[in-house]
Amino acid sequence: MENGMLIKTTDLTKVYPMGGQSITALDKVNLSFAKGEFAGLVGPSGSGKTTLLNILGSLDVPTRGSAEVLGEKIETLTHRKAAELRNHHIGFIFQTFNLLPVYTVYENVEFPLLLLGMAPAARRRAVLAALEWVHLSDRARSRPAQLSGGQCQRVAIARAVVKKPDLVLADEPTANLDAENSHHILHTMADINRDLGTTFLFSTHDDKVISHLRRKITLIDGRVAKDEPGPAAEKRP
Amino acid sequence: MIRFLTKGILRDRSRSLFPILIVAAGAFLTVAFYCYIQGAEINVVRSSANLRFGHVRVMTAAYAAEADQIPNDAALTGVEALKEKLRTLAPEMDWVARIQFGGLLDVPDAGGETRIQAPAAGMAVDLLTPGSIEPGLLNLERILVRGRLPQRAGEVLIGDELARKLGLEPGAPVTLVGSAMHGGMSMANLAVAGTIRFGIQAMDRTGIIADLADIRGALDMEDAAGEVLGLFRDGIYVHERAKALAAAFNAGPAAPSDSFRPVMQTLAQQPGLDIMIEKMGLFTAILVLVFLLAMSLVQWNAGLIGTLRRHGEFGLRLALGESKDRAYLSLLGEAVIIGLIGSAIGTALGLALAYYLQAHGIDVSGMMKNMSFLMDPILRAKITPFAFAVGFVPGLLASVIGTAIAGRAIYKRRTATLFKELET
Repeated sequence: MENGMLIKTTDLTKVYPMGGQSITALDKVNLSFAKGEFAGLVGPSGSGKTTLLNILGSLDVPTRGSAEVLGEKIETLTHRKAAELRNHHIGFIFQTFNLLPVYTVYENVEFPLLLLGMAPAARRRAVLAALEWVHLSDRARSRPAQLSGGQCQRVAIARAVVKKPDLVLADEPTANLDAENSHHILHTMADINRDLGTTFLFSTHDDKVISHLRRKITLIDGRVAKDEPGPAAEKRP
Repeated sequence: MIRFLTKGILRDRSRSLFPILIVAAGAFLTVAFYCYIQGAEINVVRSSANLRFGHVRVMTAAYAAEADQIPNDAALTGVEALKEKLRTLAPEMDWVARIQFGGLLDVPDAGGETRIQAPAAGMAVDLLTPGSIEPGLLNLERILVRGRLPQRAGEVLIGDELARKLGLEPGAPVTLVGSAMHGGMSMANLAVAGTIRFGIQAMDRTGIIADLADIRGALDMEDAAGEVLGLFRDGIYVHERAKALAAAFNAGPAAPSDSFRPVMQTLAQQPGLDIMIEKMGLFTAILVLVFLLAMSLVQWNAGLIGTLRRHGEFGLRLALGESKDRAYLSLLGEAVIIGLIGSAIGTALGLALAYYLQAHGIDVSGMMKNMSFLMDPILRAKITPFAFAVGFVPGLLASVIGTAIAGRAIYKRRTATLFKELET
């Protein structure tokens, strides 16, 4: 992979069988992302945004073409290697937060570090630091059901960044939030991007998110229709 | 990580309480049922041994061939010498002589003329010799309804139903008309000491228990008996020991052509008991297997419901970097914890119930009025060392097997599909 390049896709194609037919979710997508980008995939529903995020997150594999993430070709990874890639280098943020309801805020954030096998003391420091980033240190012992939607998403951000991944993939992260919470969330992610150098790649059609993007890629029918600087391009750290 | 998962199990009742209850219920039923079967087997075997067949039964070959006809003309003779030989051969057993007999019970009126008659099937046992084990074997104290046990020669016990039919009260005189050992007619004047209820209709309607010496005198069977029964002193029938003893006894010098040679049969050779005794291990194994399969199916179903409900969680865990192997193993780990806890609770409860049944029993005599085989009307369970494992191991296995099958979804579904189910 070229120097400083985090992601590179080459003629990336994903076809889903649907009954007797097949649906092309991604059609020869060629994109590359450098470390530290704050970029977004925009486009209507069914344009292939989530499919592309899933493949870049090694949750799915391309039908044809190639997706290279941190030097690993996704299409050739075994389940175990894919899990290792996600475990060490990729964080996810979801539209519906997807916190584990039986665990506290602290434990939800701690979970990725348990998978990494981090020592307890280091783990505790990392979790408290992550909660500090998202301003939720005082809610560490709360359960998700006791939090607002905005707080839940901040917990999800803390969980995604606690292991200081190279890449965070955020699928419609503000879809279930009001304007004020969306604003706070986006600022939090922008701060983390700036402070930790973490690459953020969003899937969104929320204008509030788009307004924070420094690079905006428009997908239509699985193809890259436009790849342009985003509204916040001038804020590049 | 184990601590983390344990917290999840404890906090999420659908992952802990419900599966634990299912495993506990299955283990409880298995243990309780197994102990009941063991108790029932021992109950039937003990009753049959004490009341009818002994653990081993010595008869002449001719008597044995027609035993259901009670052919006293083919009875054993020289019984005291035979018993002495048997005591030498098997000192760990008690040996008792018995005579089964049939006849007519004649009840006189005040003038001594026949008032009423009824057929009677009797058993002569040693009732009067001090230290005789027979009253205990037959449980006479417990089954006595009216009157008292015989204390003198010439006193008999008769079935309470027969006594009522004949209008007999304790102390009433009766005459037994029968056939002597060598074919002649015999008569004996006896007195009813008390009435008894066997709990078995056929015996209650016709049964008499008389002292061995009285019947020997009446039937001209001095030092003779239809059969000599041997019983292990601890009351437990051990088939292998009984079989070995019978083989040793039957290997004696008597010529096979001598139809009056004594032969020994084990309890398992008696009608109706052969299948019960020899196949009980197989029946128990089948029972345990059926329970294991049923419990596995229930656990599989519970596991499927639980795992389906948790597809989203697994999708999330995979997304966060957990490998499929590790997620699957953690699921199995949970199943082991749940299986251990549920099996322990179920086994403890099953053993508690079995202990109650073992110590106190349940009286089902009201349900046994028409039963034709010998059985103690008090149902009891029996706790054996195997009872501690019979529910525990299947409970644990069923939990793990059910979860293992249900958990295959982690491998069968694409990660992105699991992941997607997270969002629905």
